[in-house]
Amino acid sequence: MELTQYKDIYVFAEQREGIIQGVTLELLGKARSLADTLGEKVVAILAGYQISSKAQELISAGADKVIVADHIELKDYLTEPYAQTLNQVITEFKPSVLLIGATTIGRDLGPRLSARVKTGLTADCTKLEIAEAGHLLMTRPAFGGNLMATIVCKDHRPQMATVRPGVMKKFETDTTRTGEVILLKVNFDRNKFRVRLIETVKEGKGKIDITEARILISGGRGVGMDGMPKLIELATTLGAEVSASRALVDAGVVTHERQVGQTGKTVRPDLYFACGISGAIQHLAGMEESDFIVAINKDKSAPIFQISDLGIVGDVNKIIPLLNERLKK
Amino acid sequence: MITMKIIVCIKQVPDTTEIKINPVTGTLIREGVPSIINPDDKGGLELALQLKESHNAHVTVLTMGPTQADAVLREAFAMGVDRAILLTDKKFAGADTLATSSALAGALRNLEYDLIITGRQAIDGDTAQVGPQVAELLDLPQVSYLENLEIKPNNTFLLKKQTEEGYQLLEAEAPLLVTVLASAFKPRYMNVKGIVEAYNKEVEIWGFDNITVDEENLGLKGSPTKVDKAFAKGIKGAGEVYEMDPEEAVGMIMRKLKEKYII
Repeated sequence: MELTQYKDIYVFAEQREGIIQGVTLELLGKARSLADTLGEKVVAILAGYQISSKAQELISAGADKVIVADHIELKDYLTEPYAQTLNQVITEFKPSVLLIGATTIGRDLGPRLSARVKTGLTADCTKLEIAEAGHLLMTRPAFGGNLMATIVCKDHRPQMATVRPGVMKKFETDTTRTGEVILLKVNFDRNKFRVRLIETVKEGKGKIDITEARILISGGRGVGMDGMPKLIELATTLGAEVSASRALVDAGVVTHERQVGQTGKTVRPDLYFACGISGAIQHLAGMEESDFIVAINKDKSAPIFQISDLGIVGDVNKIIPLLNERLKK
Repeated sequence: MITMKIIVCIKQVPDTTEIKINPVTGTLIREGVPSIINPDDKGGLELALQLKESHNAHVTVLTMGPTQADAVLREAFAMGVDRAILLTDKKFAGADTLATSSALAGALRNLEYDLIITGRQAIDGDTAQVGPQVAELLDLPQVSYLENLEIKPNNTFLLKKQTEEGYQLLEAEAPLLVTVLASAFKPRYMNVKGIVEAYNKEVEIWGFDNITVDEENLGLKGSPTKVDKAFAKGIKGAGEVYEMDPEEAVGMIMRKLKEKYII
């Protein structure tokens, strides 16, 4: 493999029903800074149906170039048509880096594609940097968030990585940015289309997205089943969303899409209220990048106080209603 | 399908929820951490055993790992699987996900199957890569994040795949690979008779010579990714911690929120 033939930072622009997903914009922001470090370009790969008009949105968010694959076969995500499209882009354009969102789509497509092009893929990266030698340093949590590992893929290209939604910061959108749009004609091998979509069902759970919330009021074991309504009231007052640690999700008090942590979601709100959360490593892994963390817990030795900005040793079930009362005034 | 043949790929993992960090050195305390069947894989075993009951399927369980991984195969026997294979060889050591997938695919090439089941992801790595990579290496269609599987009268699989917004209903024919979610298939307990019999059953040991794969694709040599360094997470400097009554605490929180222009 002639590594020098491979250049530029590519981003798989995930869209659903024609809407560019938030994680795509976050990846473009990261790709922009990596490309600037290397003196290379940011290229977005946009696959879908009747999607070409969305290219400018990607350019505004940091792309220099957009490769558009517009075809009825790409209307809804299915593994094989998308894998063939991305595989063709890699073969024809030779990207140095390919970033993909760690969504149910990206985590289905990424490994399939990496095995097809025989390259490495690093999942759920929390940090991406360029090494002095020019290759990509991909840092991710391992052992359930207990350790961090920096992974490299020195001898294969593209260097592929997935990143969870909410981990990277968006580039400031600039609608006056200009870029190149390339239309790609995909040579589909339809014999390999062996999974058929019968229907896509929405259950409304997509309405809650705690990764988009500016303020999160998060409850743990110390809040218990009875304390949850109080957190919801405070969230309403502050225009915040409610989230939870695994304890309350396992207890069935809060639904899984509101779970913060290694097995839940990664969040970085402006303000994170950790209420009655002791701070198991699995939980900290999902929220420690929050800008400001307020922790309230009875146990002064709780690990959450090691990462909080303001820690209150006290009874969360007394403090939260009182705070809500004051805020309402 | 006369008798449907199912192969479930499972992994022995440390129970990561039991791992603690030494607060002084910041290193992992691995001693005393129990080894378990990876939860999503156990969900996969349950799905296979349900199909054994409803469709008289034959279930083989396959794992790759050191000889101690025999324990998870015994547990699978006790749950009710028919055949167990332990894939173990020095040539497999140091494998990343792609090299692991190459070894598993090498073994699967020498087995008969209509359906391959893997867990969505393992709790020690959380990568969710091995299932789709095995599917690609064997040129099989894949459905990941599986929540439900039905077999229709014409032997077509009807598959429910979880998405962020809800689910997709998909259709495919055998052979097929699926990756399943632990939350969708609550595993049965081992039964007493099963536990006793599990230790009298034969676990087949397979090495490099039993599988069909290019040696170049195995182990460290076959791994495109390498660990550059591993380190304990830097602990962010703790902020202020106060022990105070609720009145004072609320006053303090309000002051801080104002300073941060949140209220």
